[in-house]
Amino acid sequence: MTCSEFLALLDDLIDDSVAPETRAELQRHLRGCEHCEVTLNTTRKTIEIYRSHEIYDLPPGLRERLHAAIMARCKKGC
Amino acid sequence: MSTIQPIAGELEPHPDVALVEQVRGGDVSAYDTLVRKYDRQIFRIAQHITQNREDAEDVMQDAFLKAYEKLDQFQGNSKFYTWLVRIAVNESLMRLRKRRTGKMVSIDEDIQTDEGSVPRDLADWAPDPEQNYGQAELAEILRKTIQGLPQGFRIVFVLRDVEGLSTEETAETLGLSIPAVKSRLLRARLQLRERLSRYFHRKKGVEK
Repeated sequence: MTCSEFLALLDDLIDDSVAPETRAELQRHLRGCEHCEVTLNTTRKTIEIYRSHEIYDLPPGLRERLHAAIMARCKKGC
Repeated sequence: MSTIQPIAGELEPHPDVALVEQVRGGDVSAYDTLVRKYDRQIFRIAQHITQNREDAEDVMQDAFLKAYEKLDQFQGNSKFYTWLVRIAVNESLMRLRKRRTGKMVSIDEDIQTDEGSVPRDLADWAPDPEQNYGQAELAEILRKTIQGLPQGFRIVFVLRDVEGLSTEETAETLGLSIPAVKSRLLRARLQLRERLSRYFHRKKGVEK
């Protein structure tokens, strides 16, 4: 398996949607390729970081204000 | 080998279905529950697309009001959340269009495909690299990095990886084919990874 072939299956590997035999092939490639191992680990980490850090928070005051505005209009029938 | 699972994907009847039925039956307070459940996500999605706080506030209000008005059209064969996200994405794109005074804005904008390219930056990252930054500094790095992605990649990454929609739901929400979503997701993940490497790479000779 080449690095390009590995890369084409990277998302499926990350999302755990590869068949067992393909997974075994990918793991074989990983054992001998530091480049792809780094790519896999850091791509996984990228997703985890974006999932676990709130970069656009909704402050409580603003949340309540928007919420009140939405519900007031819904009660009036929009 | 650990894997990252999509957050969505359960098959049993979703609790939102009962809330939607209550709203249809005239119980406005059930809508209050739905708004509180999803307002943060809708606000985030709107900010990611419009990249403007005031626009995101307007989009959030408009999306929830439009969903309320159109609740009779909600079929129930998709999740309420997915349906709501679709409304919010459309509202966000409309808002962008307005701001750019009529210039066409679509999720196909700025897409350059370089399929199959192997990442250039090979540097491994420090262990727990985010620990090297303060909360505010890290948030700024993450914002700046994702804002630099082409729009069509950014939306796919946000819906699929940040908000946890499945590939199918992301495709349905954006009106894209499943292969198109997959291809954009891969490019988005790799580009973000490469951009974040500038901040997170292991420094030579420094063991952290």
